[in-house]
Amino acid sequence: MKQSFFYGLVLTSIMSLSLIGCTKKNAGTTGAETQSSDDSILVGEVGSLTGPEATFGISTNKGIKLAFKEINDAGGINGKKLELITLDDQGKPEEAATAVTKLITQNKVSAILGEVASGRSLAMAPISQQNKVPMITPSSTNPKVTAVGDYIFRVCFIDPFQGTVMAKFAHDTLKAKKVAVLRDVKNDYSVGLADFFIETYKKLGGEIILDKSYSAGDIDFKSQLTAIRAKHPDAIFVPGYYTDVGLIARQARELGIKAPLLGGDGWDSPKLQEIGGKAVNGSYFSNHYSAEDKSPHVQSFIARFKAMNNEIPDGLAAMGYDAAMVLAASMKSAKSLSGPDIKEAIAAVRNYQGVTGNISIDADRNAIKSAVVLKVENGAFKYQTTINP
Amino acid sequence: MVEFFQYVINGISLGSIYALIAIGYTMVFGVLQLINFAHGDVYMLGAFVGYYSAKWFHFTDKPSLTNLILVLIFAMVMCASVGYIIERFAYRPLRKAPRINLLITAVGVSLLLEFSGQLIFGSDPKFFPELYIPQTDLSIGEIKINPLQVIVLIISLILMGFLQYIVFRTRVGRAMRAVSFNHDLASLMGIPTNKVISLTFMLGSALAGAGGVLVGIIYPRIEPMMGVMPGLKAFVAAVLGGIGNIAGAVVGALTLGMAETFLVGYWASTYRDALAFALLIFILLVKPTGLFGTNRTEKV
Repeated sequence: MKQSFFYGLVLTSIMSLSLIGCTKKNAGTTGAETQSSDDSILVGEVGSLTGPEATFGISTNKGIKLAFKEINDAGGINGKKLELITLDDQGKPEEAATAVTKLITQNKVSAILGEVASGRSLAMAPISQQNKVPMITPSSTNPKVTAVGDYIFRVCFIDPFQGTVMAKFAHDTLKAKKVAVLRDVKNDYSVGLADFFIETYKKLGGEIILDKSYSAGDIDFKSQLTAIRAKHPDAIFVPGYYTDVGLIARQARELGIKAPLLGGDGWDSPKLQEIGGKAVNGSYFSNHYSAEDKSPHVQSFIARFKAMNNEIPDGLAAMGYDAAMVLAASMKSAKSLSGPDIKEAIAAVRNYQGVTGNISIDADRNAIKSAVVLKVENGAFKYQTTINP
Repeated sequence: MVEFFQYVINGISLGSIYALIAIGYTMVFGVLQLINFAHGDVYMLGAFVGYYSAKWFHFTDKPSLTNLILVLIFAMVMCASVGYIIERFAYRPLRKAPRINLLITAVGVSLLLEFSGQLIFGSDPKFFPELYIPQTDLSIGEIKINPLQVIVLIISLILMGFLQYIVFRTRVGRAMRAVSFNHDLASLMGIPTNKVISLTFMLGSALAGAGGVLVGIIYPRIEPMMGVMPGLKAFVAAVLGGIGNIAGAVVGALTLGMAETFLVGYWASTYRDALAFALLIFILLVKPTGLFGTNRTEKV
């Protein structure tokens, strides 16, 4: 009798343990608790400064800071300085929602910048929409994000296009006939991108020989990869984030899979090569911009970014910069700094010359832009081709 | 057929990691009847001790087997000390308290370690340095065997054998078994029960620490929350084998590792974690003593 009571106890405690795991401490505050004063405009940023995808948040934050500094040095928005309050969400959707609520209700920010990950932007968007505070996500590519409402914008392309880009690249450039897919089922971005890739690739006449999945945070992918190896694919599409992709690449090579891996902008991090090592060499991913772009506009941005941060900006830093610049330009042209007026101004942005390409906001509040394909080669991302919408 | 054998190899490799953690669970349970939920987090600490010590000693520059073993020993010693501290300050004051108090404290210690880890190490994943790069190729045709996996398996087996020796062939081991049989009676016989319990904790924690380093070598991505899932799975493995039984824990862990690999390979990865816990519920319902467990009669 006592025995069974004890095991019941154990079960209960395991369940409660997993519950405790879901409600962690509050978001850390890096910005001061300031109220909007007459000569400054508060803008809130939510990003993953720590957590599994920390480089996403850190890069974006650096890009936004550079943009704000340049705007303020040039006189600000009609005489007012821009002030940034950054909150960390630790890479968790529930923390992102808490952070955006705090920015809107306590700090009374005029606009929100963030998040990178679509899953976290989707947690934030309904709150911004409800409070009528415009939100621009620099690089969330899942189409559902801006569909939340008319206050939610993005300055990047969306996944139906990104999926098309890689499908076209696999079919036309790599001449791959059979492709296997390995997606992260816990991630809105990854699931969406995989679906769009498969749709286009099949239309082009290619064959999807296997569609396997994993969960972010797993460390062992050998079972999925062994199943994929048995089908001898010409390429493997892995639209996950860099931390998992690095391990997947390693284990794929260990199993003797020689086919190149393909991915999306979630690969864009210097950490990809740290975790993946030599195994990621020869793989391709689609991105928002290439640091090898020779146009003076881009090279000047890279030089200014390097002067401030002493590193070459990745795609997410460039997107953060563009998002902040688009917001600033809209604030300048807006009738007033109220939510609805800023929203109207952002919706009216056409042909803005950004670092990551020309930005025009369409009726669905998405940007129509071209994408680049990069190849991973011994510590560098080499430019391959540009694909237009 | 090639796939089948590859799955078996992958399963053994995954299972041997679970086994190292499961042994610690089972030992502590055997002696104290306590599920030490902080055990998975000691395993995480082992990985981080390995990470920082490798950097500290500059072992990353020239990988060799000696370096790996030195780091392993260092991590085991550090984790044994952590195990001692946890036992001394969290569990010993509650020795006479009801069992539920101990269980809740164990959950508390677990959370404390996880979030202190996030605070101190940062929550972004770290890349575990390559301590040893074997040059030999052990592949049999299409069936690929990572030499590192073999080394990890061998080290695990050596550690398990060593443990088996301590428990069944030494005076200390006899004392442990005596304490596990009956605390009060053992102390009446002149066995220093507190010391024996501390030692059990230290041994279990050292094994978990070794597990952390070995995982870091095969799956080189470590983070403060990495102990949660393997910790729970090792617990399932321990229950599967019959909690309190060391050989049972190893068999349970290998079974679980294989079952997971086959499930993910032939079906879907979504059910990977569900499988482990479904198995736990099933065993508790059908055979609560596990595969090798003996039914203890409780004296009230």
